[in-house]
Amino acid sequence: MRIAVASGKGGTGKTTVAVSLALAAQGRVHLLDCDVEEPNVALFLKVSDPVESPVCVPIPVIDETRCTACGECARFCEFNAIVRVGKTVLVFPELCHSCGGCALVCPEKAIQEEASQIGMLTEGCVSRVSSGAVTSESSAPDIGFYQGLLSIGKAMSPPVIRAVKDHSRSEADVDTLEIIDAPPGTSCPMGTALTGVDYVILVTEPTPFGLHDLSLAVETVRVMGIPFGVIINRSDSGDDRVVSYCSSEGIRILLQIPEERRIAAGYSRGEPLIVAAPEYRRTFSALAGLLIHEWKNRTGRGGTP
Amino acid sequence: MKIAISSSGDTLDAQLDPRFGRATGFILFDTETRSTLFINNNQSLEAAQGAGIQSAQHVVNAGADVLITGHAGPKAFAVLTAAGVPVYLAKAGSVRQALAQWEAGELVRITSADVEGHWV
Repeated sequence: MRIAVASGKGGTGKTTVAVSLALAAQGRVHLLDCDVEEPNVALFLKVSDPVESPVCVPIPVIDETRCTACGECARFCEFNAIVRVGKTVLVFPELCHSCGGCALVCPEKAIQEEASQIGMLTEGCVSRVSSGAVTSESSAPDIGFYQGLLSIGKAMSPPVIRAVKDHSRSEADVDTLEIIDAPPGTSCPMGTALTGVDYVILVTEPTPFGLHDLSLAVETVRVMGIPFGVIINRSDSGDDRVVSYCSSEGIRILLQIPEERRIAAGYSRGEPLIVAAPEYRRTFSALAGLLIHEWKNRTGRGGTP
Repeated sequence: MKIAISSSGDTLDAQLDPRFGRATGFILFDTETRSTLFINNNQSLEAAQGAGIQSAQHVVNAGADVLITGHAGPKAFAVLTAAGVPVYLAKAGSVRQALAQWEAGELVRITSADVEGHWV
Protein backbone atom coordinates (compact mmCIF):
# COMPACT_ATOMS: atom_id res chain seq x y z
CA MET A 1 0.00 0.00 0.00
CA ARG A 2 1.14 3.54 -0.74
CA ILE A 3 0.22 6.39 1.60
CA ALA A 4 1.21 9.97 0.78
CA VAL A 5 1.46 12.60 3.49
CA ALA A 6 0.67 15.95 1.91
CA SER A 7 -0.61 19.39 2.79
CA GLY A 8 -1.41 22.60 1.05
CA LYS A 9 0.52 24.80 3.41
CA GLY A 10 4.15 24.08 4.18
CA GLY A 11 5.36 23.61 7.73
CA THR A 12 2.23 21.94 9.05
CA GLY A 13 3.90 18.66 10.04
CA LYS A 14 4.04 16.39 6.98
CA THR A 15 7.47 15.10 7.87
CA THR A 16 6.56 14.73 11.54
CA VAL A 17 3.61 12.55 10.56
CA ALA A 18 5.42 10.60 7.82
CA VAL A 19 8.40 9.75 10.04
CA SER A 20 6.28 8.67 13.00
CA LEU A 21 3.93 6.66 10.82
CA ALA A 22 6.89 4.85 9.24
CA LEU A 23 8.53 4.13 12.61
CA ALA A 24 5.30 2.95 14.24
CA ALA A 25 3.89 0.84 11.39
CA GLN A 26 4.24 -2.93 11.53
CA GLY A 27 6.06 -4.97 8.94
CA ARG A 28 8.00 -3.86 5.89
CA VAL A 29 8.06 -0.13 5.40
CA HIS A 30 9.62 2.19 2.83
CA LEU A 31 9.84 5.87 3.70
CA LEU A 32 10.17 8.16 0.66
CA ASP A 33 11.24 11.77 0.99
CA CYS A 34 9.69 13.26 -2.14
CA ASP A 35 10.03 16.86 -0.99
CA VAL A 36 13.04 16.99 -3.28
CA GLU A 37 13.53 20.75 -3.12
CA GLU A 38 14.23 20.54 0.59
CA PRO A 39 14.21 16.95 1.85
CA ASN A 40 14.31 16.82 5.65
CA VAL A 41 13.25 13.31 6.69
CA ALA A 42 16.90 12.40 7.22
CA LEU A 43 17.20 15.08 9.92
CA PHE A 44 15.02 12.91 12.15
CA LEU A 45 16.41 9.48 11.36
CA LYS A 46 19.79 7.84 11.32
CA VAL A 47 20.23 6.60 7.76
CA SER A 48 22.80 3.84 7.43
CA ASP A 49 24.66 2.70 4.33
CA PRO A 50 23.41 5.52 2.10
CA VAL A 51 24.02 4.90 -1.59
CA GLU A 52 23.74 7.79 -4.01
CA SER A 53 22.91 7.64 -7.69
CA PRO A 54 22.36 10.51 -10.11
CA VAL A 55 18.90 11.26 -11.53
CA CYS A 56 19.14 12.24 -15.18
CA VAL A 57 16.71 13.37 -17.84
CA PRO A 58 17.22 13.22 -21.62
CA ILE A 59 17.95 16.59 -23.22
CA PRO A 60 18.20 17.18 -26.99
CA VAL A 61 21.58 17.84 -28.54
CA ILE A 62 21.68 19.04 -32.12
CA ASP A 63 24.11 17.54 -34.58
CA GLU A 64 24.94 20.67 -36.55
CA THR A 65 26.43 18.71 -39.42
CA ARG A 66 23.02 17.17 -40.12
CA CYS A 67 20.71 20.01 -39.05
CA THR A 68 19.21 21.97 -41.93
CA ALA A 69 17.54 24.51 -39.60
CA CYS A 70 14.13 23.50 -40.92
CA GLY A 71 12.61 24.44 -37.56
CA GLU A 72 10.35 21.37 -37.15
CA CYS A 73 11.72 20.75 -33.65
CA ALA A 74 11.08 24.35 -32.56
CA ARG A 75 7.55 24.23 -33.96
CA PHE A 76 6.88 21.02 -32.09
CA CYS A 77 8.22 22.12 -28.70
CA GLU A 78 5.37 23.35 -26.48
CA PHE A 79 7.84 24.60 -23.89
CA ASN A 80 9.95 26.96 -26.00
CA ALA A 81 12.98 24.84 -25.15
CA ILE A 82 14.14 24.85 -28.79
CA VAL A 83 14.13 27.84 -31.11
CA ARG A 84 15.28 28.35 -34.65
CA VAL A 85 16.59 31.75 -35.58
CA GLY A 86 17.84 32.02 -39.12
CA LYS A 87 20.22 29.11 -39.63
CA THR A 88 20.78 28.54 -35.93
CA VAL A 89 18.88 26.20 -33.62
CA LEU A 90 19.19 26.99 -29.93
CA VAL A 91 18.36 24.58 -27.10
CA PHE A 92 17.41 25.79 -23.60
CA PRO A 93 17.81 22.63 -21.49
CA GLU A 94 16.26 24.20 -18.37
CA LEU A 95 12.93 24.55 -20.17
CA CYS A 96 12.95 21.03 -21.64
CA HIS A 97 10.38 18.56 -20.30
CA SER A 98 12.23 15.61 -21.87
CA CYS A 99 9.27 14.48 -23.96
CA GLY A 100 11.53 13.42 -26.83
CA GLY A 101 9.19 14.91 -29.44
CA CYS A 102 11.88 17.05 -31.09
CA ALA A 103 13.98 13.99 -31.87
CA LEU A 104 10.93 12.18 -33.27
CA VAL A 105 9.86 14.98 -35.62
CA CYS A 106 13.36 15.83 -36.89
CA PRO A 107 13.39 14.78 -40.57
CA GLU A 108 17.20 14.79 -40.66
CA LYS A 109 17.69 12.64 -37.54
CA ALA A 110 19.92 15.43 -36.31
CA ILE A 111 18.74 15.33 -32.69
CA GLN A 112 20.25 12.97 -30.16
CA GLU A 113 19.07 12.87 -26.57
CA GLU A 114 21.78 12.97 -23.95
CA ALA A 115 21.46 12.41 -20.22
CA SER A 116 21.62 15.52 -18.09
CA GLN A 117 21.76 15.24 -14.32
CA ILE A 118 19.06 17.14 -12.44
CA GLY A 119 19.24 15.55 -9.03
CA MET A 120 20.44 12.81 -6.72
CA LEU A 121 18.69 9.75 -5.36
CA THR A 122 19.80 8.45 -1.97
CA GLU A 123 18.85 5.01 -0.79
CA GLY A 124 19.64 3.61 2.64
CA CYS A 125 18.06 1.97 5.61
CA VAL A 126 16.89 3.16 8.99
CA SER A 127 16.99 1.03 12.10
CA ARG A 128 13.87 1.53 14.20
CA VAL A 129 15.96 0.64 17.24
CA SER A 130 18.65 3.25 16.69
CA SER A 131 15.96 5.81 15.88
CA GLY A 132 14.64 5.26 19.40
CA ALA A 133 11.27 4.04 18.18
CA VAL A 134 11.49 0.51 19.58
CA THR A 135 13.70 -1.15 22.16
CA SER A 136 13.76 -4.69 20.84
CA GLU A 137 14.65 -5.81 17.34
CA SER A 138 12.29 -8.76 17.49
CA SER A 139 9.54 -7.54 15.18
CA ALA A 140 11.03 -4.41 13.79
CA PRO A 141 12.69 -4.78 10.41
CA ASP A 142 14.71 -1.85 9.10
CA ILE A 143 12.89 0.83 7.15
CA GLY A 144 13.91 1.30 3.53
CA PHE A 145 14.78 4.97 3.04
CA TYR A 146 14.61 6.76 -0.32
CA GLN A 147 15.31 10.43 -0.81
CA GLY A 148 15.41 12.69 -3.85
CA LEU A 149 17.38 15.91 -3.99
CA LEU A 150 16.93 18.37 -6.83
CA SER A 151 20.21 19.91 -8.00
CA ILE A 152 20.74 23.58 -7.25
CA GLY A 153 19.65 25.71 -10.20
CA LYS A 154 17.28 23.08 -11.61
CA ALA A 155 13.60 23.92 -11.72
CA MET A 156 11.83 20.71 -12.59
CA SER A 157 11.37 18.41 -9.64
CA PRO A 158 8.81 15.88 -10.98
CA PRO A 159 11.40 13.63 -12.70
CA VAL A 160 13.35 13.40 -9.42
CA ILE A 161 10.15 12.59 -7.51
CA ARG A 162 9.27 9.89 -10.05
CA ALA A 163 12.77 8.41 -9.73
CA VAL A 164 12.36 8.12 -5.95
CA LYS A 165 8.96 6.45 -6.30
CA ASP A 166 10.04 4.11 -9.10
CA HIS A 167 13.13 3.03 -7.18
CA SER A 168 11.17 2.28 -4.03
CA ARG A 169 8.51 0.43 -5.99
CA SER A 170 11.12 -1.75 -7.71
CA GLU A 171 12.28 -2.92 -4.28
CA ALA A 172 8.84 -3.28 -2.70
CA ASP A 173 6.71 -6.40 -2.47
CA VAL A 174 2.94 -6.66 -2.11
CA ASP A 175 3.05 -6.25 1.66
CA THR A 176 5.39 -3.27 1.73
CA LEU A 177 3.88 -0.10 3.14
CA GLU A 178 5.29 2.84 1.19
CA ILE A 179 4.97 6.18 2.99
CA ILE A 180 5.58 9.24 0.86
CA ASP A 181 6.52 12.58 2.42
CA ALA A 182 5.13 14.86 -0.31
CA PRO A 183 6.18 18.40 -1.19
CA PRO A 184 3.89 21.22 -0.04
CA GLY A 185 1.53 23.06 -2.35
CA THR A 186 -0.89 21.73 -4.94
CA SER A 187 1.12 22.05 -8.15
CA CYS A 188 3.02 19.54 -10.31
CA PRO A 189 5.48 18.32 -7.62
CA MET A 190 2.64 17.52 -5.22
CA GLY A 191 0.60 15.92 -8.01
CA THR A 192 3.57 13.81 -9.05
CA ALA A 193 4.14 12.64 -5.47
CA LEU A 194 0.47 11.67 -5.13
CA THR A 195 0.05 9.94 -8.49
CA GLY A 196 -0.73 6.26 -7.99
CA VAL A 197 -1.02 6.34 -4.19
CA ASP A 198 -3.80 4.51 -2.36
CA TYR A 199 -4.45 7.03 0.38
CA VAL A 200 -3.54 10.62 1.21
CA ILE A 201 -3.13 12.06 4.69
CA LEU A 202 -3.51 15.83 4.56
CA VAL A 203 -1.77 17.51 7.46
CA THR A 204 -2.96 20.98 8.41
CA GLU A 205 -2.99 23.43 11.28
CA PRO A 206 -5.99 25.31 12.72
CA THR A 207 -5.12 28.69 11.24
CA PRO A 208 -6.76 30.67 8.42
CA PHE A 209 -3.77 29.93 6.18
CA GLY A 210 -3.86 26.25 7.13
CA LEU A 211 -7.56 26.05 6.31
CA HIS A 212 -7.21 27.93 3.02
CA ASP A 213 -4.46 25.68 1.73
CA LEU A 214 -6.14 22.57 3.10
CA SER A 215 -9.21 23.38 0.98
CA LEU A 216 -6.97 23.66 -2.12
CA ALA A 217 -5.34 20.33 -1.29
CA VAL A 218 -8.77 18.73 -0.75
CA GLU A 219 -9.90 19.92 -4.18
CA THR A 220 -6.73 18.51 -5.75
CA VAL A 221 -7.02 15.12 -4.07
CA ARG A 222 -10.72 14.89 -4.97
CA VAL A 223 -9.92 15.55 -8.63
CA MET A 224 -7.28 12.83 -8.45
CA GLY A 225 -9.90 10.49 -6.94
CA ILE A 226 -7.78 9.34 -4.01
CA PRO A 227 -9.32 8.54 -0.60
CA PHE A 228 -8.03 10.90 2.06
CA GLY A 229 -8.29 12.04 5.67
CA VAL A 230 -6.99 14.96 7.67
CA ILE A 231 -4.59 15.27 10.59
CA ILE A 232 -4.76 18.56 12.48
CA ASN A 233 -1.39 19.35 14.01
CA ARG A 234 -1.03 21.81 16.92
CA SER A 235 -4.79 21.32 17.03
CA ASP A 236 -5.45 23.57 20.01
CA SER A 237 -3.34 26.49 18.81
CA GLY A 238 -5.90 28.23 16.59
CA ASP A 239 -9.64 28.11 16.12
CA ASP A 240 -12.16 25.44 15.16
CA ARG A 241 -12.72 26.45 11.56
CA VAL A 242 -10.75 23.49 10.18
CA VAL A 243 -12.92 21.12 12.20
CA SER A 244 -16.10 22.87 10.98
CA TYR A 245 -14.86 22.76 7.40
CA CYS A 246 -14.11 19.05 7.62
CA SER A 247 -17.49 18.23 9.13
CA SER A 248 -19.39 20.29 6.57
CA GLU A 249 -17.42 18.67 3.73
CA GLY A 250 -17.77 15.18 5.19
CA ILE A 251 -14.01 14.81 5.55
CA ARG A 252 -12.67 12.39 8.11
CA ILE A 253 -10.35 13.79 10.76
CA LEU A 254 -7.91 10.99 11.46
CA LEU A 255 -6.05 12.55 14.33
CA GLN A 256 -5.63 15.79 16.24
CA ILE A 257 -2.25 16.46 17.80
CA PRO A 258 -2.39 19.20 20.45
CA GLU A 259 0.50 21.61 20.76
CA GLU A 260 3.06 20.47 23.32
CA ARG A 261 6.36 21.95 24.35
CA ARG A 262 7.78 18.42 24.75
CA ILE A 263 7.12 17.65 21.06
CA ALA A 264 8.53 20.98 19.90
CA ALA A 265 11.67 20.53 22.01
CA GLY A 266 12.14 17.02 20.60
CA TYR A 267 11.65 18.33 17.07
CA SER A 268 14.35 20.94 17.61
CA ARG A 269 16.72 18.15 18.64
CA GLY A 270 15.82 16.12 15.55
CA GLU A 271 13.70 13.59 17.45
CA PRO A 272 10.71 11.95 15.79
CA LEU A 273 7.36 12.76 17.41
CA ILE A 274 6.88 9.22 18.70
CA VAL A 275 10.26 9.39 20.42
CA ALA A 276 9.64 12.76 22.04
CA ALA A 277 6.11 11.71 23.02
CA PRO A 278 6.16 7.88 23.19
CA GLU A 279 2.45 7.52 23.89
CA TYR A 280 1.88 8.49 20.24
CA ARG A 281 3.58 5.29 19.10
CA ARG A 282 0.40 3.29 19.62
CA THR A 283 -1.65 6.05 17.98
CA PHE A 284 0.43 6.00 14.79
CA SER A 285 0.71 2.22 14.81
CA ALA A 286 -3.08 1.97 15.04
CA LEU A 287 -3.52 4.58 12.31
CA ALA A 288 -1.24 2.65 9.93
CA GLY A 289 -3.07 -0.57 10.78
CA LEU A 290 -6.47 1.05 10.21
CA LEU A 291 -5.53 2.54 6.83
CA ILE A 292 -4.07 -0.77 5.63
CA HIS A 293 -7.15 -2.64 6.84
CA GLU A 294 -9.51 -0.26 5.05
CA TRP A 295 -7.44 -0.39 1.89
CA LYS A 296 -7.54 -4.18 1.90
CA ASN A 297 -11.31 -4.08 2.25
CA ARG A 298 -11.64 -1.49 -0.50
CA THR A 299 -9.50 -3.40 -2.93
CA GLY A 300 -10.75 -6.86 -2.07
CA ARG A 301 -7.43 -7.91 -0.57
CA GLY A 302 -9.02 -8.59 2.82
CA GLY A 303 -10.15 -11.96 4.07
CA THR A 304 -6.73 -13.54 4.31
CA PRO A 305 -5.95 -14.59 7.88
CA MET B 1 15.71 49.23 -41.45
CA LYS B 2 13.01 47.88 -39.14
CA ILE B 3 12.92 48.73 -35.46
CA ALA B 4 10.84 46.68 -33.03
CA ILE B 5 9.71 48.45 -29.85
CA SER B 6 7.91 46.64 -27.03
CA SER B 7 4.64 48.49 -26.66
CA SER B 8 1.54 48.51 -24.51
CA GLY B 9 -0.59 49.59 -27.48
CA ASP B 10 -0.78 49.62 -31.25
CA THR B 11 0.21 53.24 -32.00
CA LEU B 12 3.37 55.30 -31.70
CA ASP B 13 1.75 57.23 -28.86
CA ALA B 14 1.26 54.09 -26.75
CA GLN B 15 3.52 53.66 -23.74
CA LEU B 16 6.66 51.62 -24.17
CA ASP B 17 6.08 48.26 -22.43
CA PRO B 18 9.11 47.79 -20.17
CA ARG B 19 8.69 44.01 -20.32
CA PHE B 20 10.03 42.12 -23.30
CA GLY B 21 8.86 38.51 -23.01
CA ARG B 22 5.42 39.43 -21.77
CA ALA B 23 5.03 42.72 -23.57
CA THR B 24 1.54 43.45 -24.84
CA GLY B 25 2.94 43.66 -28.35
CA PHE B 26 5.58 45.19 -30.58
CA ILE B 27 5.49 48.18 -32.89
CA LEU B 28 7.53 47.49 -35.99
CA PHE B 29 8.75 50.83 -37.35
CA ASP B 30 10.21 51.06 -40.85
CA THR B 31 12.82 53.85 -40.90
CA GLU B 32 12.58 54.25 -44.68
CA THR B 33 8.82 54.46 -45.12
CA ARG B 34 8.19 55.78 -41.55
CA SER B 35 5.32 53.30 -41.41
CA THR B 36 4.34 51.21 -38.40
CA LEU B 37 2.98 47.73 -37.96
CA PHE B 38 1.66 46.28 -34.68
CA ILE B 39 2.58 42.69 -33.79
CA ASN B 40 0.45 41.30 -30.99
CA ASN B 41 2.18 39.10 -28.46
CA ASN B 42 -0.77 37.07 -27.19
CA GLN B 43 0.96 33.75 -27.77
CA SER B 44 3.83 34.74 -25.46
CA LEU B 45 1.49 36.29 -22.91
CA GLU B 46 -0.20 32.92 -22.63
CA ALA B 47 2.98 30.82 -22.64
CA ALA B 48 3.54 28.89 -19.43
CA GLN B 49 7.27 29.39 -19.81
CA GLY B 50 9.80 30.64 -22.32
CA ALA B 51 7.86 33.82 -23.10
CA GLY B 52 11.08 35.75 -23.73
CA ILE B 53 12.30 33.12 -26.16
CA GLN B 54 9.00 33.13 -28.01
CA SER B 55 8.83 36.93 -28.16
CA ALA B 56 12.36 37.02 -29.52
CA GLN B 57 11.30 34.61 -32.23
CA HIS B 58 8.32 36.81 -33.12
CA VAL B 59 10.49 39.88 -33.37
CA VAL B 60 13.11 38.09 -35.47
CA ASN B 61 10.52 36.49 -37.74
CA ALA B 62 8.88 39.87 -38.26
CA GLY B 63 12.15 41.02 -39.77
CA ALA B 64 13.28 43.41 -37.03
CA ASP B 65 16.86 44.64 -37.35
CA VAL B 66 16.93 46.39 -33.96
CA LEU B 67 14.97 45.94 -30.72
CA ILE B 68 14.11 48.65 -28.22
CA THR B 69 12.63 47.46 -24.93
CA GLY B 70 12.74 48.04 -21.17
CA HIS B 71 14.54 44.89 -20.07
CA ALA B 72 15.83 41.67 -21.62
CA GLY B 73 16.52 38.41 -19.80
CA PRO B 74 19.26 35.90 -20.62
CA LYS B 75 17.27 33.51 -22.84
CA ALA B 76 15.63 36.25 -24.88
CA PHE B 77 19.00 37.93 -25.23
CA ALA B 78 20.59 34.67 -26.43
CA VAL B 79 17.98 34.28 -29.17
CA LEU B 80 18.25 37.91 -30.27
CA THR B 81 22.04 37.67 -30.31
CA ALA B 82 21.92 34.48 -32.39
CA ALA B 83 19.70 36.33 -34.85
CA GLY B 84 22.01 39.34 -34.89
CA VAL B 85 19.42 41.74 -33.51
CA PRO B 86 21.00 44.41 -31.26
CA VAL B 87 19.05 45.32 -28.11
CA TYR B 88 18.69 48.89 -26.85
CA LEU B 89 17.11 49.76 -23.50
CA ALA B 90 14.71 52.65 -23.07
CA LYS B 91 13.11 54.05 -19.93
CA ALA B 92 9.38 54.61 -19.65
CA GLY B 93 7.73 56.98 -22.10
CA SER B 94 5.90 56.67 -25.37
CA VAL B 95 7.05 54.48 -28.23
CA ARG B 96 7.48 57.67 -30.27
CA GLN B 97 9.83 59.11 -27.63
CA ALA B 98 11.85 55.89 -27.48
CA LEU B 99 12.24 55.93 -31.27
CA ALA B 100 13.33 59.55 -31.25
CA GLN B 101 15.90 58.77 -28.56
CA TRP B 102 17.22 55.83 -30.56
CA GLU B 103 17.46 57.91 -33.74
CA ALA B 104 19.33 60.58 -31.77
CA GLY B 105 21.77 57.93 -30.57
CA GLU B 106 20.73 58.41 -26.94
CA LEU B 107 19.86 54.79 -26.11
CA VAL B 108 22.37 52.31 -24.72
CA ARG B 109 22.95 49.03 -26.50
CA ILE B 110 23.32 46.16 -24.02
CA THR B 111 25.91 43.43 -24.47
CA SER B 112 24.32 41.00 -22.02
CA ALA B 113 20.97 40.48 -20.34
CA ASP B 114 20.15 43.27 -17.91
CA VAL B 115 17.86 41.17 -15.70
CA GLU B 116 17.90 37.57 -14.51
CA GLY B 117 15.79 34.81 -15.93
CA HIS B 118 12.71 33.60 -14.12
CA TRP B 119 10.38 30.68 -14.35
CA VAL B 120 6.86 31.93 -14.55
